[in-house]
Amino acid sequence: MTTVTRREEIGRVLQQHGALMVLGVLIVVGTLAFDSFATVGNAASVVVSSSFLAVVAIGMTFVIIGGGIDLSVGSLFVLGGVLAAAGSRYGFAAALLLPLAVCGLVGLVQGLIIARTGLAPFIVTLAGLLGVRGLMLAISDEGATTYLVSDPAFAALGQGELLGLTYPVYVTIVLVLAAMVLLQRTGFGQNVYAIGGNEQAAALMGVPVTRTKVLVYLMSGLLAGLAGALNAARLSSGVTILGIGMELDAIAAVVIGGTLLTGGAGGVTGTVAGVLLLGVIQSLINQVGNLTSSFQQVVSGAFLALVVVAQRLLSKAQRLN
Amino acid sequence: MKRTEPLLEARGITKRFPGVVALDDVHLALGAGEVHALVGENGAGKSTLIKVFTGVYQPDGGELRYNGAPAGFASPLEAQRAGISTIYQEVNLVPMMSVARNLLLGREPRGRLGVIDTARLYGHARAVLRGFGLDTDVRRPLRSLGVGAQQMVALARAVSVDAKVVIMDEPTSSLEPREVETLFGVIGRLRESGIAVIYVSHRLDELYRVCDNVTVLRDGRVAHTGPLADLNRLKLISLMLGRDLAEVKSGGLTRFNRDQGAVDGTPVVEARGLTRRHVLSDVTVSVRPGEVVGLGGLLGAGRTETAKAIVGALPLDGGQVLVAGAPLPRGGTKAAISAGVSMLPEDRKAEGIIPGLSVRDNIALAALPSLARAGVVSDSRIDRVVEIFMRRLRIKASSPHQVVSELSGGNQQKVLLARWLAVRPKVLLLDEPTRGIDVGAKAEVQALIDELAGEGLGVLLISSDLEELVEGADRILVLREGAVVGELSGENVTEAKIMAAIAERAHD
Repeated sequence: MTTVTRREEIGRVLQQHGALMVLGVLIVVGTLAFDSFATVGNAASVVVSSSFLAVVAIGMTFVIIGGGIDLSVGSLFVLGGVLAAAGSRYGFAAALLLPLAVCGLVGLVQGLIIARTGLAPFIVTLAGLLGVRGLMLAISDEGATTYLVSDPAFAALGQGELLGLTYPVYVTIVLVLAAMVLLQRTGFGQNVYAIGGNEQAAALMGVPVTRTKVLVYLMSGLLAGLAGALNAARLSSGVTILGIGMELDAIAAVVIGGTLLTGGAGGVTGTVAGVLLLGVIQSLINQVGNLTSSFQQVVSGAFLALVVVAQRLLSKAQRLN
Repeated sequence: MKRTEPLLEARGITKRFPGVVALDDVHLALGAGEVHALVGENGAGKSTLIKVFTGVYQPDGGELRYNGAPAGFASPLEAQRAGISTIYQEVNLVPMMSVARNLLLGREPRGRLGVIDTARLYGHARAVLRGFGLDTDVRRPLRSLGVGAQQMVALARAVSVDAKVVIMDEPTSSLEPREVETLFGVIGRLRESGIAVIYVSHRLDELYRVCDNVTVLRDGRVAHTGPLADLNRLKLISLMLGRDLAEVKSGGLTRFNRDQGAVDGTPVVEARGLTRRHVLSDVTVSVRPGEVVGLGGLLGAGRTETAKAIVGALPLDGGQVLVAGAPLPRGGTKAAISAGVSMLPEDRKAEGIIPGLSVRDNIALAALPSLARAGVVSDSRIDRVVEIFMRRLRIKASSPHQVVSELSGGNQQKVLLARWLAVRPKVLLLDEPTRGIDVGAKAEVQALIDELAGEGLGVLLISSDLEELVEGADRILVLREGAVVGELSGENVTEAKIMAAIAERAHD
């Protein structure tokens, strides 16, 4: 009995904190191998550049725990940036609210379609990905028009610094903490776990399945739009190429962070570790110097495969108990 | 029990599905503090009625009344909010969530700012579960508990939501005897506090122990309703199976006309001491060449499970299957098939027919390995085999290439039969071979079974149709709660004897 419990416990810890452990190991290795790795500047740069992906990945965590997937967030991130830059001509509020409204609406519609019709989230959000990308290209004249952020207050939101870290990092920290509470300590969070774990049982237990699903996709859309807006503020323009394909990085970060792709288990802390892990891998490859950043994707891909195989083995071992 | 205004009442409820009337003018009245047994065989409409009560289905006709007023539940949530709680036979909880969170999902104790107070959550969960005889770490994921314990969590959840009506669908099917006692204790408490219980089970001992009244459903209609004490076991079973004791042995309606009697020879298949916890206990069956052995018993008695165990589709805790004297290796159906033991499953749609494929491909599927040479299948050999069986079994299809889903139920069944005959089995296990097919096709399938046995095939026949069983089988084993409780052969093979064996008290 005790041994079973211990094995169970080890499996659970590996599942939940594996990414964090690997992150720790990589940081130690990087520190020993490269003088310029463990510097304040490098750490800050990893954290700053990871923060936008982190915001997107928070939304993705809810979606995946709830048993779904959201492929539209990369496109929404780009659209959010373009809309924020375009909106900044009308002031700070417009720059922030325009992307949130549009991206939130896209998320809401996707959520309604998924929850009401029972269509596969994969296909619905793939349609979202294509449609939103088209919309972004239309607004930016096929990328020919680049909107510049003209509101200085809005630009400061992306570029201002406190204690060596830009504001978006603090926004991300607040969002992560809020998401942790939302997921673990509210009825909504419990409903997300229940739906991802066993949708039919959740419905029979009285969980409002439709409403929860709609909210999850709405949230994912909002966060993607917000991340895009913050990124535009940082770059002072709505860049139309950065962020394409970001949905895949977000999914990778969530899964590496220990959330089951099949839903029902996982958490925000793991996702943050997953995002940082991807960032650290990137940074380490930059340190090696003669490797191009394409190798970052090779390593991330290999690592993702490793995590998924490990998860399968772990869940098999747990089921055997 | 005192009679008052019914708490929950079905008045002439009708529910139709495409092609079937699942419930036809069903009346059921449930009073506060009453434990009401709901019984019936497979397809009688019990599940549909429960789903109407719990808001999963909307009735097509009739009226649902609750607390003396017309009621309609648009969703399970609405029914639950109104105080109708259900525990299902399959545990319907979320396996990866913790025990405590499953127990209290939707009713978590809140602390400051409306945030869930985990300390109180766990404390409360522990306290509730202790009342159900469950002392476990409530923070562990639900799936780390045994099935019985999971069922107790489901029960605790159902009862602790301020329910006025608790519906229990086969609650004891995965419980240990000790847990069953706990359950009965809980039911006693519910009764005292005026909560009504609908109790669905096939275990007669349990029904007579805890239930006040009974409603028997058969083919979507109410066959009987009234106090359970007025009904003896034999009468209850005859109502469930639809065989009036007086008209039993009218006979002659089936197409079985082979001479029945003792068949000699050594058994071609022999199952010894098949055992699986909660499912089968020490079941021994043998079938000789040319013999039709019937398995009788109520739903859930272990008939299908016995057949599945023989072909290796059910993991066992103990027991052995011998084919022609040689033990069959466990762990899959492949060994059984190649040794000559095939099973025709009960649920054609889920476990047998592949609807999108042609008649030809469906028939050839299982025989492909034996028709292939060096892994290459000869089309002409398949065509020959398919043609033989289509003619032999009189399968009505426009051509071998017609898609099988376009055929009638009876012809689909014959296609499946052909599939297994094509592998040249020594023994065929038939699970409800004539369910859901029309009368003409039924007679044809029965005649076929006769014919095949006459040619030396051993047959294990599972049927809820007593007449089919009696007229078709040479010998009948009666199962109850996973154990063989009687064996009938020769002139003892009668409907009355089968029912008597089922009804016999288990613990006298």
